[in-house]
Amino acid sequence: MPKDEYQSRAFNIVGTRPIRPDGIDKVTGKARYGADMTAPGMLWGAILRSPHAHARIKSIDTSEAEAMKGVKAVITRADFPKLDLDPGMADILDNSMAGEKALYDGHAVAAVAASSKSLAYAALDAIKVEYEVLPHVVDVDLAMKPDAPVIHAARQDETVPEGLSENVTSRSQYGHGDPEEGFKKADLVIERHFTTAATHQGYIEPNACLAQMGADGQGDLFVCTQGHYMVRDTCAEILGLEAGKLRVTASEIGGGFGGKTHIWMEPVALMLSMKSGKPVKLVLTRDEVFRATGPTSSSSTDIKIGMTKDGKITAATGTFRLQSGAYPGATAFLSAMCGFAPYDLEHVRTEGLEVMTNRPKAAAYRAPGSPMAAYAVESVIDELCQKLDLDPLETRLKNAAREGTKSAYGPTYPAIGLEATLKAAQEHPHWTAPLGENQGRGVACGFWFNFGGNTSVNLMVNPDGTVSLSEGNPDIGGSRASMSMMAAEELGIPLDQVRCVISDTGSLGLNDVTDGSRVTFAVGLATIKAARHAIEIMKTRAAMKWGIEPEAVDWVDGAAVPAGPNAGKFPPMSIKEIAAIAANTGGPIAGHCEANAEGAGVSFATHMVDTEVDPETGAVKVLRYTVFQDAGKAIHPDYVEGQFQGGAAQGIGWALNEEYIHDEDGRLLNAGFLDYRIPVASDLPMIEPVILEIPNPGHPYGVRGVGETSIVPPLAAIANSVSRGAGVRLTSLPMSPPKIRAAVKAG
Amino acid sequence: MVAVRLWGSLADLAGAPEVEVEAATLGGLLTALERDYPALKPQLDRGISVSIDGRIYNDGWSTPIAEDSEVVLLNRLTGG
Repeated sequence: MPKDEYQSRAFNIVGTRPIRPDGIDKVTGKARYGADMTAPGMLWGAILRSPHAHARIKSIDTSEAEAMKGVKAVITRADFPKLDLDPGMADILDNSMAGEKALYDGHAVAAVAASSKSLAYAALDAIKVEYEVLPHVVDVDLAMKPDAPVIHAARQDETVPEGLSENVTSRSQYGHGDPEEGFKKADLVIERHFTTAATHQGYIEPNACLAQMGADGQGDLFVCTQGHYMVRDTCAEILGLEAGKLRVTASEIGGGFGGKTHIWMEPVALMLSMKSGKPVKLVLTRDEVFRATGPTSSSSTDIKIGMTKDGKITAATGTFRLQSGAYPGATAFLSAMCGFAPYDLEHVRTEGLEVMTNRPKAAAYRAPGSPMAAYAVESVIDELCQKLDLDPLETRLKNAAREGTKSAYGPTYPAIGLEATLKAAQEHPHWTAPLGENQGRGVACGFWFNFGGNTSVNLMVNPDGTVSLSEGNPDIGGSRASMSMMAAEELGIPLDQVRCVISDTGSLGLNDVTDGSRVTFAVGLATIKAARHAIEIMKTRAAMKWGIEPEAVDWVDGAAVPAGPNAGKFPPMSIKEIAAIAANTGGPIAGHCEANAEGAGVSFATHMVDTEVDPETGAVKVLRYTVFQDAGKAIHPDYVEGQFQGGAAQGIGWALNEEYIHDEDGRLLNAGFLDYRIPVASDLPMIEPVILEIPNPGHPYGVRGVGETSIVPPLAAIANSVSRGAGVRLTSLPMSPPKIRAAVKAG
Repeated sequence: MVAVRLWGSLADLAGAPEVEVEAATLGGLLTALERDYPALKPQLDRGISVSIDGRIYNDGWSTPIAEDSEVVLLNRLTGG
């Protein structure tokens, strides 16, 4: 068996709950977030944004702003180099700074760098933009109509059939069998239409960066992001720079959830720095974060499922329409792949349609495309269970995908953990706890792929035998803790002997973005390999000292030992002792790994929630919430539980309160946390996490990603709970009080 | 020959939900698909993921594929 495959073993450090290494810095204010960096001679940047949802930019007069004392640079799209970019890169540039048209309320049209923040904003007021306002569309269904305003012409790919609006840019289809035949075998078929609103990731730290471009073409960027290598490569391409000339350092990150896997304003800061010749700090306001950094897609979905009286699904179909904002690139294909992934279906067919609208470019939000798909699918399954008087957990178990199931998106599953989550839910006391009046209990399942990707790790053994570990993924979910734990485990040394840092792009090989729940899997794999590389070097050094062959040395409990009686009699040589003679035995000792990790294991979860509906006001109180999820192996269970709880909390907000609200002119009306209401602690019960560990065969410790699956089931679980409590099926999110009250009144 | 299952839109372009190509690695598979089914090229250029015996791969050209492997083309996965 290859060494990077799963091997069952006992752990000393992995699976324990040590104090997090970044905790003190964060609670004392020492940690440096995106807006915390300054530089000598630094200017403040500010961005002028379109007040229109769709408008042709007829002219921009910056002369008055440029003449203001203290204003060092004013830029528009005309200042960016005209390069032959591929469509994706051209879209990123256009989203950073509008070209011929402003495509949504909040689209950047000009920017200023000035000696103070107040002066920068005053200069924005002095810029005169003449617009020709165009018809707009923000609703996904309206945007698909043949007479809808077209956001961009000729952006459809070859998969889009004729006859659809030019706003439909791509279509994907998955499935197998013959659903029409399957529906004939059903005792009950339910078909429903569902909608979900656009919701923002709601990260607490606004996007921020500090750009410093030199006259020699070399530059530095300090930025809050989920992927500083991606920022480097994209900004370099857009600005016509060589990637090696731009060094990007990731700040601490106050939340991302997928929203910081994209470029928003970094090219603007770099261009302001180029033009002014000074460092430029750019910090978005909360209003700008809402208006101009992507929320997730809103969606419109049709689901049809047939079921027998004893609970067997005979066929299922789904059409998922996701709006991508002002550019192609939604994740309806992931909705089409994920929606029915938890189930073993003989007949299934799905379709995903990506649709442009006059909204900010849609961004990933934890398991992009999957939560809205699960919401619709799991709602219909719940309604079938109600109408056929079936147990919702038993019915899901009857149809659950298992090892050997041909998934709804095509491949046959290896060992997976859905069944384990359902059985754990059945056995949990939550399932049999009594419910009161107007209370309902909802359950739902969810699926996410997880993936690996390009990863580089350095592990240096210092002269005193301590270990410095460098990884290149911003730590959004505890990666410094989990990497340190895996390194210490592999080396056989105490955890406090390892310190992990996040390297800049000039110090370590390429690392893909922190997304796809990839880091604990892929960076963990690379960390283990780097530690094993260092061990091999240390075994060689010990062999040199003992005068025996390296093959005659083993590594046990943090020390080199003779492999057997024939190797000779030598006392164990600890990592400290080996490090102390490194200069005499060949020089510094370091292990490293650069790899494109593949083989991430898919992940499933089952959520259970109790809610109480006030029939008079429509208000919903979440009473109890339990998450059952397969983590493969929980390296640091506190962090894993935090991921489970965080996903559930964000899903509760998506289900009950959160939505982008536009006026009739397409302007966003609730660009702030007072009017866009994310759940706060007083809205939530203690969310109980139940970790299951079904090892991923593709990781030495069995790790699966856990960061995204937890947001997939909550929308449906809450909807099913509320629908049962209210006695009426809700089919539109968010289930805000007016919507619930109206539904209850309508009966 | 390796049997390759295509998702619906690609199946329409290739003219069949499953095609066979001569390939022993992931890189060879992509080359053969582009050569034998040129209608797939735009999507291949945009990027795809490939499931080989239930494991999903994005880039590893040297990943071996056996004649009896289950190979499924998928849209390129992205995450948050």
